[in-house]
Amino acid sequence: MEIMKTLLAFIVLWPLVGFLVNGLGRNYFSKKRIAFYASEQIFASFIASIIVFILIKNNGAQGDITYFNFIHIGKLIIPFAFKIDQLSAIFLLIITGIGFLIHVYSAAYMQQEEQAHYGRYFSYLNLFIFSMLLLVLGANYVIMFIGWEGVGLCSYLLIGFWFKNDNYNYAAKKAFIMNRIGDLGFLLAIFWMIAKLGTANYSDVFSNVSQLSTTDITAITILLFIGAMGKSAQIPLYTWLPDAMAGPTPVSALIHAATMVTAGIYMVARSNVLYSLSEVAQNLVAITGLVTALFAATIAIKQNDIKKVLAYSTVSQLGYMFLGLGVGAYTGAVFHVMTHAFFKALLFLGAGSVIHAMHHEQDIRKMGGLKKYLPITHITFLIGCIAISGIPPFSGFFSKDEILAAAYAHNPVYWGIGVATAGLTAFYMFRLYATTFLGSFRGTPEQAHHLHESPSAMTIPLIILAILSVVGGLVGVPESLGGHHALHQFLSPVLLTEVKYETTHSTEYMLMGLSVAIAATAIVIAIVTYSKKPQISNSTGVGKLLENKWYIDELYDAIIVKPLGSLASFLKNVIEKSGIDAAVNGVGKLVNYSSRQLRLLQNGQVGGYILLMVLGMIVIVLIWVNDGYIYRFLMNLFFAK
Amino acid sequence: MISLLLILIPLFTGLLTFFLKQEKTAKNFSIFSSVITLGTVCIAIFFAQNNQLLFNTQWLPALGSRFSISLDGMSKALVLLTAISFPVVFIATYTNKYKSSHSFYALMLLTQAGLMGVFMATDALLFYFFWELALIPVYFLSSIWGGEKRIAVTFKFFIYTFIGSLLMLVGILYLYFNTVVPSFQIKDLLAAKISLKEQNILFWLFFIAFAIKMPIFPLHTWQPDAYEQSPTAVTMILSGVMVKMGLFAVLRWLVPLFPESAKTYSNIVIALSVIGMIYASLIAIKQDDIKRLIAYSSIAHIGLMCATIFTQTVIGTTGVMLQMFNHGINVIGLWIVADAIEQQLGTRKFSELGGLAQKAPSLAILFVILALANIALPLTNAFVGEFLMFNSLFQYNVWVAAIAGISIILAAVYTLNMVQKILYGNTVAATEKALDTTLNINWMLIVLVVIVFALGVYPQPIIDLTKDTVNVIVQNR
Repeated sequence: MEIMKTLLAFIVLWPLVGFLVNGLGRNYFSKKRIAFYASEQIFASFIASIIVFILIKNNGAQGDITYFNFIHIGKLIIPFAFKIDQLSAIFLLIITGIGFLIHVYSAAYMQQEEQAHYGRYFSYLNLFIFSMLLLVLGANYVIMFIGWEGVGLCSYLLIGFWFKNDNYNYAAKKAFIMNRIGDLGFLLAIFWMIAKLGTANYSDVFSNVSQLSTTDITAITILLFIGAMGKSAQIPLYTWLPDAMAGPTPVSALIHAATMVTAGIYMVARSNVLYSLSEVAQNLVAITGLVTALFAATIAIKQNDIKKVLAYSTVSQLGYMFLGLGVGAYTGAVFHVMTHAFFKALLFLGAGSVIHAMHHEQDIRKMGGLKKYLPITHITFLIGCIAISGIPPFSGFFSKDEILAAAYAHNPVYWGIGVATAGLTAFYMFRLYATTFLGSFRGTPEQAHHLHESPSAMTIPLIILAILSVVGGLVGVPESLGGHHALHQFLSPVLLTEVKYETTHSTEYMLMGLSVAIAATAIVIAIVTYSKKPQISNSTGVGKLLENKWYIDELYDAIIVKPLGSLASFLKNVIEKSGIDAAVNGVGKLVNYSSRQLRLLQNGQVGGYILLMVLGMIVIVLIWVNDGYIYRFLMNLFFAK
Repeated sequence: MISLLLILIPLFTGLLTFFLKQEKTAKNFSIFSSVITLGTVCIAIFFAQNNQLLFNTQWLPALGSRFSISLDGMSKALVLLTAISFPVVFIATYTNKYKSSHSFYALMLLTQAGLMGVFMATDALLFYFFWELALIPVYFLSSIWGGEKRIAVTFKFFIYTFIGSLLMLVGILYLYFNTVVPSFQIKDLLAAKISLKEQNILFWLFFIAFAIKMPIFPLHTWQPDAYEQSPTAVTMILSGVMVKMGLFAVLRWLVPLFPESAKTYSNIVIALSVIGMIYASLIAIKQDDIKRLIAYSSIAHIGLMCATIFTQTVIGTTGVMLQMFNHGINVIGLWIVADAIEQQLGTRKFSELGGLAQKAPSLAILFVILALANIALPLTNAFVGEFLMFNSLFQYNVWVAAIAGISIILAAVYTLNMVQKILYGNTVAATEKALDTTLNINWMLIVLVVIVFALGVYPQPIIDLTKDTVNVIVQNR
């Protein structure tokens, strides 16, 4: 217990110390030292996380580990406590492991930055990891919320990292504000728990769930889910994530794979006891996830920015995870978080490598034929594309299959939409792959001259992630394919298993076969279509609609942002200035006028005030002299009983 | 006895400062005085015995008014805030120039004496006396050393507060004439024989007086103007400490004196407060002036505190006490930044600023931290208070909490707007040659930021200061 307490404290504190040291010392340390120190802190956390994982695997989960009382007022106690169990142990590994690789990669990718900004970058990166660790380790919803808003802050700081560019600043602000909308839902859920149960500790809430009415549970779970929608970019709060690619590319990898967007999945999975008791909430989660998955995939088809395609693919994949959570496949969702972390980090870092080689060109229409210039990036990126498309035996296949199988058992329509989305996914990923790496180079001769493979600090993380993307699925091989699903067994103490819907093996084979066939067909079509000629022509009709992302940003602008701005202007210029303040000034003028008549304030207001004060004192004395007679008289006059 | 010192030190050093004609002497002496006061407060709060914190003697025997003060759980946090604010303000604005600065500093110290008295007085007439002692110097400070429109603005401020004071005085006297023995002591006023109807009328007399001071919508329009036009050192005290007079008076006097009325009218007060929160937040979004933005942001925050007081829960009241302290720290920090920008660049307009982060990285970082504290980010001091207050509002009514909660989102909008327009983007004409902050300002901001994080991670010390009294207040209801 003591060992665990110390280990966890260090896991969280190392990144925090890294943030402080690099943040304060960014003007004094060399770039090499900054990068080394920041990465080393995360590596230390990673090693400690492995130890924690092994301890948990061997000894099982432990009770809450309390450090001190964060808030203690009467009966309300909110401890600063950590909960380490199978679920948080898995997330620890993902966060610190992938986080470390992204740190290493960043050391080379950000080399162009000035020293002070280089230090600032790495300190933010460390803070990001710190917040995310707090989020998954908290033993109650308040600590989770601290990390929750912490990652929101870090994404704000990193999206707006190049703060000279105002477009980036808007993107950063948008991310923070959209997240805050979700956060309000989260907060209200916490208040609801505290009002009903007097606690926000996971263990107390889950064990006293019988004291909650169905309405309570539904309200709490839906409010929590609103928080998840913001953080995990689900409809209607998803538009910040595609804009978030304004930040440096490794940051996108961090946000999309290791931290931030997986927080919503973690939260729902963590609260699975509550969600299982509310069918309404579960359906809401599943349908939101499904719609988001399909919707984002349609947008991704028409995007030409390499990072935007990946961003929409993340929104879409997160939709899958929520579909999984909604149909009760909690393990499947966590499994997909893990495999997605591998291949999405790989894809983003690969995209970073491409952008690095192309001197900050992100438009895939100006790329092409990069296969021969960037061999390692090419092969690893291809692996990422295969993995996300769900082709066996790559990791994405197993996790996606598990979610789809559960969806089928729940409702075949869910499955149908899920498979259609999988087809779209395979299509747009290979469109991206083919346009970027196949065919002939379409950039300027200048760019062609400078094309080069990235340094090893960037390619080694790519190779590691590629290996993980290939074999990562093996921890969850289903029974029907002769596996044991090790992950399922490991997580079983924390996550409820949906036993209501069991499918036969033959059905499962059929489902797998269908989805793989559809994905494979989509891949072939995409490669054939896009490897030779890039798609330059301007789209019309539906294509244009997709290219412009269904005009959702414009819609939000028209129905929320603009009206709110007009309302604010109206309040400021009309109500405040011509209404309330004018009325007050009117009264003031009246007083001024009458006072001039009385010549009381002739010598300026100060004199008048003092005179009035003195008069007041005389009145008090008079009142007292007459034993309060005058006062009583006046009072009776005004407040006759 | 030690509590008396907290009033006497600023009072006498203040009077003495009037005679220090050398500018530098006056400044240094005021800093010296305020640091001594701070030291005394720390001793009083953390080391003194409880009976040393009371002081009670004859004052106006003919009226039955006594000079009785008490540094109790209710006043400790605010007395500490008052003691911290003045040296911070003096040092941060050290380089600002004032004509006949000795009078300026003397009046500031007198204000401090008045504030200390307001927070500690347990006799209503004495309370009224200190209330005026705190306000009158501010009135001079603003009208003599303020901006262009200072006369008109100060006049408005004066009329408002004067009306408020009069209403309060009438209320106090009415209570006084209904006490069993002629006395202004709070315990005797509590025992005054008044009917429910009288209670209801008196409640509004007092409430309007305090609502003007806080201020509560729609009695707030004096505030943005006053904050904008006063010299920034005065604005810091006005918004950091003096607005808490209104809130404090509601907690110490209004609710205990008229518990039934407070319950009856809680929905009206909470409705006004919540309307004010959203209203002020929306207006803040459209401001083009740092000072006015902070002013409206402050109105929104005060609205939350006032609403919470009337939910009458232990958790909420603790949250209010905590937040009164933390809001003071944060808002003073923001004013220091605003002043640093105005003094150096000669403008407070967002449209004329930009890119300052490139020129003044250290100021930028401290500013961002304070801005984040202003929107109650977790692990900054304001989070715990807001969490407790919203929690209490939620228990009062789910929808009220949800509507008030919108201000959390709006706060992010206007605060990040401010940060972006001042710090980010490319430099403009005004910021082209900007320098980083002076050492004074830098260090004072660092002090405040340390408090921000310390109380953000471990708020218990302030919660513990208020513990006993909060229980008493709420149980009385």
